[in-house]
Amino acid sequence: MRKVAVIGAGQTKFSGAQSLSLTELFAEAASEAMADAHIEARDVKALFIGNALGDFAEGQGMAPAFIADYIGTMNVPANRYDGACASASMAIRDAFLLVANGVYDIVIAGGVERAASLGTPLATRTFAMFSDSRYEFPAGMTFPGVFALLAHRYAARYGLPIEKLKEQMAQVSVQSYQRGLHNPKAHLRKSVTTADVLKSFTVASPIQLHDCCPFSDGAAALVIAAEDKAQVLSSKPVYFAGVGQASSGPLASQGGYLPRLKARELSAKQAYDMAGLTPADIDVCELHDCFSIASIIAAEGLGFFDPGTAGEAWLRGEADIGGKVAINPSGGLKSKGHPIGATGAAQVYEIVRQLRGEVEAERQVPDAAIGMTDTLGGDGGTMVSLILKRGW
Amino acid sequence: MTIKLSFKEYDAALRENRLMGLKCGRCQETLCPPRGACAHCGSTDLEPVELSGRGKIASFTTLFVAAEGRDQELPYALALVALEEGPHLIGRIDTACPDKLDMSVIGKNVTTAHAVFGGDKYSAGDAAYPLFKLAD
Repeated sequence: MRKVAVIGAGQTKFSGAQSLSLTELFAEAASEAMADAHIEARDVKALFIGNALGDFAEGQGMAPAFIADYIGTMNVPANRYDGACASASMAIRDAFLLVANGVYDIVIAGGVERAASLGTPLATRTFAMFSDSRYEFPAGMTFPGVFALLAHRYAARYGLPIEKLKEQMAQVSVQSYQRGLHNPKAHLRKSVTTADVLKSFTVASPIQLHDCCPFSDGAAALVIAAEDKAQVLSSKPVYFAGVGQASSGPLASQGGYLPRLKARELSAKQAYDMAGLTPADIDVCELHDCFSIASIIAAEGLGFFDPGTAGEAWLRGEADIGGKVAINPSGGLKSKGHPIGATGAAQVYEIVRQLRGEVEAERQVPDAAIGMTDTLGGDGGTMVSLILKRGW
Repeated sequence: MTIKLSFKEYDAALRENRLMGLKCGRCQETLCPPRGACAHCGSTDLEPVELSGRGKIASFTTLFVAAEGRDQELPYALALVALEEGPHLIGRIDTACPDKLDMSVIGKNVTTAHAVFGGDKYSAGDAAYPLFKLAD
């Protein structure tokens, strides 16, 4: 396999409902990525785009074909990926595999979504489509419901009083808001205290409003290139060190293992093994914090902390810049926002800019050399892990 | 792959408060809800069996926000139940006070009855779902 690098990264501001179409949003992110990589659209040989809900957001299926035409990468293969919230990470992993294996030299991979534009009731309905439609949605399952079940399961399994877990979950949100405050592309930029989290209304017990990420509109894109191209085009190529992906069935079928998510642990192991690295080697990680409990479960599943202990790690600052591993310096899904089809690409965008030392000083991880992304689709149905490292 | 227990057959039985699952001929594990291959060993040597419907609550949540079209059902409580025969199942807890449930409900014994979701424009028709009755 050839070495493969990210040589360009672009992201729109993440936001509430806004007027740009899916195509226009992706074009904005792709333009920024292409300018960053010093390439033109005609240099791009394929497009891989995560988009889960274009059909519902604006009646647009098959968005990548229209995007390819719109941005000037005429007639190239343009594939849509749907792995719910992990869609863009799937697109990036496949882009890596195809470039690594010599099929293409330069591709654009990313994602786009207009999740805020759906409005909360329809967004809640469509996100619930990422649970099992026949055996779990009829009872009234929702996406917050999935993580609420995991939160209570977590407290029961590790013997943690629910009040203690809620305090830990609140700290996860508080830290994310603190970091997102300094991210100009973040959707929610405000200071939130533990008390604010604990007095917000309950969405699905024990999950409260400030435990949840927002529905967002936005896009992110990466230019991914083979090593020989990367060496010519970029002074700071960020190389893929390891990738992994795994899947699971419905939440109930994962029952005996919960609150741990086996697909994540398998996916992360693939990535660590390919990279020849361990969790202790990761300087900065953008992980999937769709809900505060999701961060705690993810940080344990990726091997940063032992099962049942990540919440305490957050309270001690071990999951922040200067701690054991800097988690979500972008503000995470919680503050930065969650345009689901774009989320994985925005995580890679952040890691690339962190490794290059390009983010705002208040949230820059000093001397970050190795970064990781963790993206979860639905109720753990799709999991993708990517490890990236400095190439200079 | 021969479908040994279809959604339609499972659904019809649940509407009679009979919980159907599958028994794996290779590893003897019990599976529920239905699937095409054993989740433990991958075998497709599966035979339909009727389960007891008894289990214990492994986790729960009470929802105060619902998907489009289902607001009138709020608040309602969902449970992850560990069935006596091994598999886990998600359904609703049959209680008049879903907003009063707390952690003490975890570990409680339940039996399985059913309720029916009428379907919406995104569903493939109506569907029965497990309604767990607290046994104690």
